[in-house]
Amino acid sequence: MSDMELTGQVEPPMANGEVIFEAPWQSRIFGMARVLCEAGHYTWDEFRAHLINQIEAWERANNSAAKIEKGGEVEYPYFDCFLGALTDMLESKSLCSELDLAARSEEFAARPHGHDH
Amino acid sequence: MSHDHDHDHDQNQNQNHNHSHEHEPPSPQAIRAEAIESLLLEKGLLAPTAVDEVIARYSERVGPMNGAKIVARAWRDPEFKARLLKAGTEAIAEFNLEGGQVEKLVVVENTPEQHNVVVCTLCSCYPWAVLGLPPKWYKDPAYRSRIVREPRTLLEEMGTVIPDSVDIRVWDSSAEIRYLVLPLPPADVAENIGDYTESELADRISRDSMIGVEVL
Repeated sequence: MSDMELTGQVEPPMANGEVIFEAPWQSRIFGMARVLCEAGHYTWDEFRAHLINQIEAWERANNSAAKIEKGGEVEYPYFDCFLGALTDMLESKSLCSELDLAARSEEFAARPHGHDH
Repeated sequence: MSHDHDHDHDQNQNQNHNHSHEHEPPSPQAIRAEAIESLLLEKGLLAPTAVDEVIARYSERVGPMNGAKIVARAWRDPEFKARLLKAGTEAIAEFNLEGGQVEKLVVVENTPEQHNVVVCTLCSCYPWAVLGLPPKWYKDPAYRSRIVREPRTLLEEMGTVIPDSVDIRVWDSSAEIRYLVLPLPPADVAENIGDYTESELADRISRDSMIGVEVL
């Protein structure tokens, strides 16, 4: 369990050596999920239910419980689950459809690499 | 995770565009996140700076330094400690903390007989206003399952040995309840706690001690 080193200092999360977000997209989706919740589009309980569903599905698909039981390591993509929960939430509240999202993602993926707007 | 290098440097900047690393293409997740943001902006569901403001809040202002102030006051002020243990949410109201997830805060006190440790077995629930966002290991399936099944062994692996004479109680965050551990002060501090200011005491209090995976 190499991730579990203890870091003791009480300072803001980014200043104490603990990386809460490992990539900018992770902080963006967290930020969006909070903004929409705070604007009243859904409650955090509703979001939490989608997150739990995503995590359960991932753990089932990857058989993580059995691996942990045997003392194995599990590479767990928490923010992939969070991203799934956000898109489920957007779809269920008709805030943004999966169809639109897929089309926009495809469009962005097709941009030449290293582009500049 | 495809991004294994350090992204801290742009944590607090506008990150609408995930292409700061020209040597590698953005991950599918980064593209999807950018697509969501662009659609929500177009629909008027997001104000242009709203996401940056939220990230700044949770990166800079909300964190375990807030929980440490509360613990420090509880160590020095028995009357506050009694209120804190009786009704956590009401007791911390005077600190005017932002960040949320403390609407039903339960503070559990470590004693020479009982050590407390907190988990969210289903996902990642955590009292943001007092501890900030959870560290990676707190969300890990291994921590979430093993701390319930074999807390003493796991704590030992994490460097915290709880004597057999001390009971370990594991608190699982539910839909409503968030937990904060009130750790015991370090031995050298406990003897003459009145000699320290709250701020001096707060400097001795770690995040991990308030989750219950460390003893001070």
